Amino acid sequence: MAEIRNYTLNFGPQHPAAHGVLRLVLELDGEVIERADPHIGLLHRATEKLAEHKTFLQSVPYMDRLDYVSMMCNEHAYVLAIEKLLGITPPLRAQYIRVMFDELTRILNHLMWLGAHALDIGAMTVFLYAFREREDIMDMYEAVSGARMHAAYYRPGGVYRDLPDRMPQYEVSPYKDAEEVKRLNENRQGSLLDFIEDFTNRFPTYVDEYETLLTDNRIWKQRTVGIGVVSPERAKALGLTGPMLRGSGVVWDLRRHQPYEVYDQLDFEIPVGRNGDCYDRYLVRIEEMRQANRIVRQCVDWLKKNPGPVIVDNHKVAPPSREAMKANMEELIHHFKLFTEGMHVPEGEAYAAVEHPKGEFGIYLISDGANKPYRMKIRPAGFTHMAALDELARGHMIADVVAIIGTIDIVFGDIDR
Amino acid sequence: MPLTAEALAARLQDTLGDKITQSRIALGELTIEVAAADWLEVARRLRDEPGLAFDMLIDLAGVDYSAYKDGAWAGRRFAVVLHLLSVAKNHRLRVRTFCPDDDFPVLPSLVEVWPAANWFEREAFDLFGIVFEGHPDLRRLLTDYGFIGHPFRKDFPLSGHVEMRYDPELKRVIYQPVTIEPREVTPRIVREDTYGDVGRG
Repeated sequence: MAEIRNYTLNFGPQHPAAHGVLRLVLELDGEVIERADPHIGLLHRATEKLAEHKTFLQSVPYMDRLDYVSMMCNEHAYVLAIEKLLGITPPLRAQYIRVMFDELTRILNHLMWLGAHALDIGAMTVFLYAFREREDIMDMYEAVSGARMHAAYYRPGGVYRDLPDRMPQYEVSPYKDAEEVKRLNENRQGSLLDFIEDFTNRFPTYVDEYETLLTDNRIWKQRTVGIGVVSPERAKALGLTGPMLRGSGVVWDLRRHQPYEVYDQLDFEIPVGRNGDCYDRYLVRIEEMRQANRIVRQCVDWLKKNPGPVIVDNHKVAPPSREAMKANMEELIHHFKLFTEGMHVPEGEAYAAVEHPKGEFGIYLISDGANKPYRMKIRPAGFTHMAALDELARGHMIADVVAIIGTIDIVFGDIDR
Repeated sequence: MPLTAEALAARLQDTLGDKITQSRIALGELTIEVAAADWLEVARRLRDEPGLAFDMLIDLAGVDYSAYKDGAWAGRRFAVVLHLLSVAKNHRLRVRTFCPDDDFPVLPSLVEVWPAANWFEREAFDLFGIVFEGHPDLRRLLTDYGFIGHPFRKDFPLSGHVEMRYDPELKRVIYQPVTIEPREVTPRIVREDTYGDVGRG
């Protein structure tokens, strides 16, 4: 009879399936996991401590770098917390822009998750498909903020600027001839909103393509069905949120149950799973992409019809326009004070949470009336999911750990902060 | 329909009674404070009372109040703040308690009430040095192996105490005291209440 030995296996931190810098110490009995001990913190940058030493406005770009595949959603929770403390409401147009970009970000995040998850389990094509669409969304990010990823577009009181009237165009280069450039620029002739509308028309077909590759794929199902099962009670006790919770059949979505911005005006469905395994969570996220696309479409329609301001008029919070600044001494002083000393947020504490693509992402701010936060606590969505890994992986085989890491959609920027 | 903060406050008052040392509603959020001695019992009852049903621990944050308002803080130094959510009843609550001893902050662990507290408590222990009694596995979580100190305490400098570099002579990575000067580009300012009030001089 073969001798069965217990192993302790070190997985990561430089393993391609570890999604960044996860170090996992696995205690094995043969090939079965007895205990999984994640060692996190390799990407810990003390964002919360840094924020205590920066003005409220200076911390906005740090938020992008938390969960670096869903940048604008992180900013959203942060600006919501500041707005709550200041007692201001952004203009309606800014709220629609934020919701639209939140949902685009959800698609962006889920595409990254889908591609990486499938790649981990052995399906290469989905990754290439997903990155094709991510490119379009990153172009939208770039058109609106100037940056493909770290946008810093949401500001306390609204958004940095209105949506641009024209999309940047491809130009002829040694790598792209005139005919190719013409084809690439076809849907970029109008404004950003036209480009987004075109994307929403194309996107459902793309989702069908991913589903063709995976949903009924025998290998995909063998790798995900019945893997990493969480019961609804256990999911709540472990603090799982977002698709991880909905995959277990709990109907809970902050956009519906505790709506912020204009989510209560929009029409969308909340998909829930039944079995709480990796496959159900996959189905939930796929459907969320379709629903996000629907929301984006509704926002585009609204935004096309309703022009207006995109940031509040209060120049203690939002900078005055360049033009006003150059003609008016008062505005110049406002601008100078806002970007040197920063805004003073009234004493108090506030917690603001958004339905981040990964789950509930919250910012808890304590202000003592200074121009910097006294304490900022980030409630990362992936943190509790990562903590639940031990329970999810116990009793499974080594190869299933990869599937489970994929399904919990970890990004170390927000787990380690 | 979710309860309003006021209705929830009244319900908490009925169930927990004198266990609540302070209850405050601000910005639509309800905050209660409890004594450290009642911490575990209050947590259990918040989860188990059918009218409250806080089935999820959303967040557990350590706070160091020693530099609040540039040192005007007179209370205890370390606090732990819970953010609770009831999925069943759709309401939220913030619970705060102060650790009785400033030099050695200890609180009972909530892992048996909400397993989600496990890593949050490890984090608060790592960053603030708050010890959670009864925690099954209280190790450092976010800082480096062998890290000394609790970096989120207000007396810990932003630049830290040690830096790491490769030493070509010893042919290994070494730790040495930091060589950069601490600097603050934008100073922290707490204005008096009447600042900028036209007409009050």
